[in-house]
Amino acid sequence: MTDGFKVNSIRKDFPILSQTVNGKPLVYLDNAATSQKPQCVIDSLSNYYQTVNSNVHRGVHTLSQLATDDYEAARSKIRSFINAGSDQEIIYTRGTTESINLVAYSFGVQNIRSGDEIIISGMEHHSNIVPWQLLCEQTGAVLRIIPITDSGELDINQYGALLSDKTKLVSVVHQSNALGTINSVKEITAMAHSLGAVVLVDGAQSAPHMKVDVQDIGCDFFAFSGHKLYGPTGIGVLYGKSEVLDNMVPYQSGGEMIKSVTFDKTIFNVLPHKFEAGTPDIAGAIGLGAAIDYVNDIGLDAINSYESELLAYGTAKLEQIASLRIIGTSSHKGAVLSFTLGDIHPHDIGTILDSEGIAIRTGHHCAQPVMERYGIPATARASMSFYNTKEEIDTLVTGIDRVLEVFS
Amino acid sequence: MSDLSYLYQEILLEHNSKPRNYRILNDATVSIEGHNPLCGDKYTLQIKLEKDTIVDIGFQGSGCAISKASTSMLTERVKGKTTSEAFSVFDAFHMMVTEPDKDIDHDLLEDLELLSGVSGYPARIKCAILSWHALREAIEGESGSVSTE
Ligand SMILES: Cc1ncc(COP(=O)(O)O)c(C=O)c1O
Repeated sequence: MTDGFKVNSIRKDFPILSQTVNGKPLVYLDNAATSQKPQCVIDSLSNYYQTVNSNVHRGVHTLSQLATDDYEAARSKIRSFINAGSDQEIIYTRGTTESINLVAYSFGVQNIRSGDEIIISGMEHHSNIVPWQLLCEQTGAVLRIIPITDSGELDINQYGALLSDKTKLVSVVHQSNALGTINSVKEITAMAHSLGAVVLVDGAQSAPHMKVDVQDIGCDFFAFSGHKLYGPTGIGVLYGKSEVLDNMVPYQSGGEMIKSVTFDKTIFNVLPHKFEAGTPDIAGAIGLGAAIDYVNDIGLDAINSYESELLAYGTAKLEQIASLRIIGTSSHKGAVLSFTLGDIHPHDIGTILDSEGIAIRTGHHCAQPVMERYGIPATARASMSFYNTKEEIDTLVTGIDRVLEVFS
Repeated sequence: MSDLSYLYQEILLEHNSKPRNYRILNDATVSIEGHNPLCGDKYTLQIKLEKDTIVDIGFQGSGCAISKASTSMLTERVKGKTTSEAFSVFDAFHMMVTEPDKDIDHDLLEDLELLSGVSGYPARIKCAILSWHALREAIEGESGSVSTE
């Protein structure tokens, strides 16, 4: 099926991958933390600074116009990438974290009252827990948690039981960074909407690896980060339905987000600018646009089926290691392998693998409640991307053998 | 590779699998928790202080091999010593792992020198030093918890 997937030529697009680390060829398996950048993204940043750098939306001069065009063209690419209804539904942020905070502070403070309920899940990243905890503290609302099953899936029946007319907002992760589980966000959204609750989907881990259609999901908000999507750090996106965004108050204020200012009254700018105070990360937005072009050229379907193949291969290999336990065994998973290895602490695994040039993440992956759910302090996590190869997974397995040898 | 086998020496792995003074101290006078939230290392140190002397010390908890072995070796090294001796060992240990170019004080460090390999792994220094910070806080009278993040 993916015989035609040209991973070797794709790898040449990513200059960092040809490095050696600790004398060994780099095996980068920490893609859930951040992805590497193709040369075209790196070039788009330097090209922007070398040829069009100027501020957006505020100059009559040529460069300002060119910069504005590129910056807004990137917004259109993002819109089409997630199939939003219009460009004005795409708000630039610093990343997923800021996108969620924007909703918590703007929508939340305006709409959530004492006694209301907010539902999140037991597999959220801290960035989709803490803003809601703070909002609950401020408003007297109550946070409810959808439990996780042993295989690492959300318990949809329990979710149904939690939903009520008190539920004002549901915020769930599309693909878990700690477990890899892909959640049925369309179903989750429909259930919430039937009770009038608003839904945010954390797409930090899904947007880089699968086709996302926000209109099909039906969610009110969708948040993701550029840097996990082969784009630069410092840029991210909040998609919001325009009818929801229109009724929201600005999140930050200053320049760019206003239409007119007098000392008596300020009129806010239209969407999306209402939520984009100050000079934005122009180069970052353009770089994210370049990353999306790159991903589209390869094709998300091809990416998704190749990554599924890597996951199946890696799962089969790791399952052969007797003391290894994979955490997160849902049949509906992204290419993430979180595991423990007997009583060897993941931090020791990480150090030993690093000495073999293998970069994985170890720790709680900013998802401490997930660790608690499984009664473990941490996991080692190999997260794959379309530029990884089966040979690299073999290197990982050899590295794990080396860990076992050191601790034998 | 030799670096790695130096870091994970047999004796360190042995301390990890059979930690010394790994027990609850019923007559402890101070108790403190050391926590490294990034990797989840978490230990409780219990100390029985009589005047200036650490007459007994025990620990409980879990974490990586480096932090556990380091804590185990710490308890062996400071048991029966005065608090000012313990401070001197702390200083020597701290210097050994954070400033490897300086001379190691062999007399003060004794077995703890086995942990000198940690200095080559910046991400692991806080694993080795966690319980030492906890000890220091504990004998300075700050019963409670310390964190290396
Ligand atoms: C599921 C999930 N949500 C949110 C975030 C936060 O993303 P960022 O740090 O880019 O804001 C991450 C990043 O690790 C993530 O994996």
